[in-house]
Amino acid sequence: MSNDVAIVGIGMHKFGRTEGVSGMEQGAVAVREACKDAGVDWSDIEFAFGGSAAAGAPDTMVSQLGLTGVQFINVANGCATGGSALFSAVNTIKAGVAELGIAIGFDKHERGAFRVNTKGAGLSDWYGASGMALTTQFFGMKINRYMEEYGISHESLARVSAKAFRNGAKNPMAWRRKELSEAQVLEAAMLSYPLTQYMFCSPGEGGVAMILAPADKAHKYTDKPVFLKSAVVRSRKFGSFEVMAPHIALEHNAGPTVDASKAAFEMAGMGPDDIDIAQLQDTESGAEIMHMAENGFCEHGEQERMLAMGETEIDGRLPINTDGGCLANGEPVGASGLRQVYENVLQLRGEAGARQVPNDPKTAYTHVYGAPGISGVTILSR
Amino acid sequence: MARVPVADGVFTSVDDPRLIGSKCDNCGNHMFPTQGSCPKCAGTSTSDVELETRGELWTWTVQGYPPKAPPYLGDADPKTFQPFGVGYVELPGQVKVEARLTEADPEKLKIGMPMELTLVPLYTNDDGDEVVTFAFAPISENGEQS
Repeated sequence: MSNDVAIVGIGMHKFGRTEGVSGMEQGAVAVREACKDAGVDWSDIEFAFGGSAAAGAPDTMVSQLGLTGVQFINVANGCATGGSALFSAVNTIKAGVAELGIAIGFDKHERGAFRVNTKGAGLSDWYGASGMALTTQFFGMKINRYMEEYGISHESLARVSAKAFRNGAKNPMAWRRKELSEAQVLEAAMLSYPLTQYMFCSPGEGGVAMILAPADKAHKYTDKPVFLKSAVVRSRKFGSFEVMAPHIALEHNAGPTVDASKAAFEMAGMGPDDIDIAQLQDTESGAEIMHMAENGFCEHGEQERMLAMGETEIDGRLPINTDGGCLANGEPVGASGLRQVYENVLQLRGEAGARQVPNDPKTAYTHVYGAPGISGVTILSR
Repeated sequence: MARVPVADGVFTSVDDPRLIGSKCDNCGNHMFPTQGSCPKCAGTSTSDVELETRGELWTWTVQGYPPKAPPYLGDADPKTFQPFGVGYVELPGQVKVEARLTEADPEKLKIGMPMELTLVPLYTNDDGDEVVTFAFAPISENGEQS
């Protein structure tokens, strides 16, 4: 236990659209809430790792929080930014550098699909000019081939979305809180075949922060510590099929999610059967389906039956995306990964209110995926 | 009105287009567009190669809404925008290339169908020239573009 790390405080600013409040201010709200939750002052925090893709340099938020001289490091890793902040914070504590640290993620994106900076992504101007610099296309193409290979139906895509909005309706911090039927999801505008408007998450706003301490000090701050059994980030290997790729190799590699998942389970000394609840990257509903298998929770193709049987519902065998996921919460890139961990901490504490899973969860799993082919996984236990 | 390529060095010419890729001098891995180092073996010497013009559709989607402009240079006006296909075409023995497709009807696109390189117009530039980019078109069993 001596080298374990605990989450001792969590804070969040509501996801969605908050007019007149900057992304950084939303991050500051989350930090203050996390401090309150842990019963500490901002001045007690010894180090911070913060991430934001579009709402400013995170370290400048000290001018709002208080100029305490804190060691503040910015991280940027696309959709895995939150996971990367957490990874960095965990290992700082494990290294014995400091006792009390915070991981922060926040963002605020313009409306509509992400405008991709092709130069920043290492791509030539002609790629965007020709109409191929759209992340939505990748998701459409990956699930389209997957459906053909493994017999996944359009109805399953709709089931995932309907579940997300049902769960979101129970979550006061979620953006989309209106339930939608499978038929409404299927009949919506086709954005990128086979994915309709309600099968995609939207870029949004929000902030999350969490305070970490060595496990053996956790009870100084909380009577419900949640322990980080693993926090892993992996980038792609040769042959994987990733977002924003003008070419892919003929040979096949399963991708960074499979690698990150295996490493996380190994580090935690657990397997997929030991997990009680999971938050999986659902940039679109097909992604949740593919990530169920890539993270080891089922065989490829088995999702069709699992979804039809309701096994991933809040009261199912393995509840997935209990807070509504990216589909109901939107995706503020810097905050998204930490939102998943926040949800798992609430669930493990038994404080998730109307969406509390009934299986008395003791272990919880998170997974994020993003450009240009990066995955982050955490495993928590109480 | 002349036809001009969207960028130099992506394909050989507007009259007889071939995509220009790279082949690793060490391990033979193919890449597109050209690059000077190899993601497979980390070799730092590559040579330009003209890629195959025919291959099989590996996967596809249809871009159903106008892309943000910039970076898109084609028609992004919601009133006139026409959905277009996008896919990966597997070029035998080389690499899978991402490209626009001339077909945008989900009923007419099938994984594994034969495809051939062509060019499609993007926009008319200030000189009145038609700017074109590369695309793949389905071909019938007798080898004709449909």
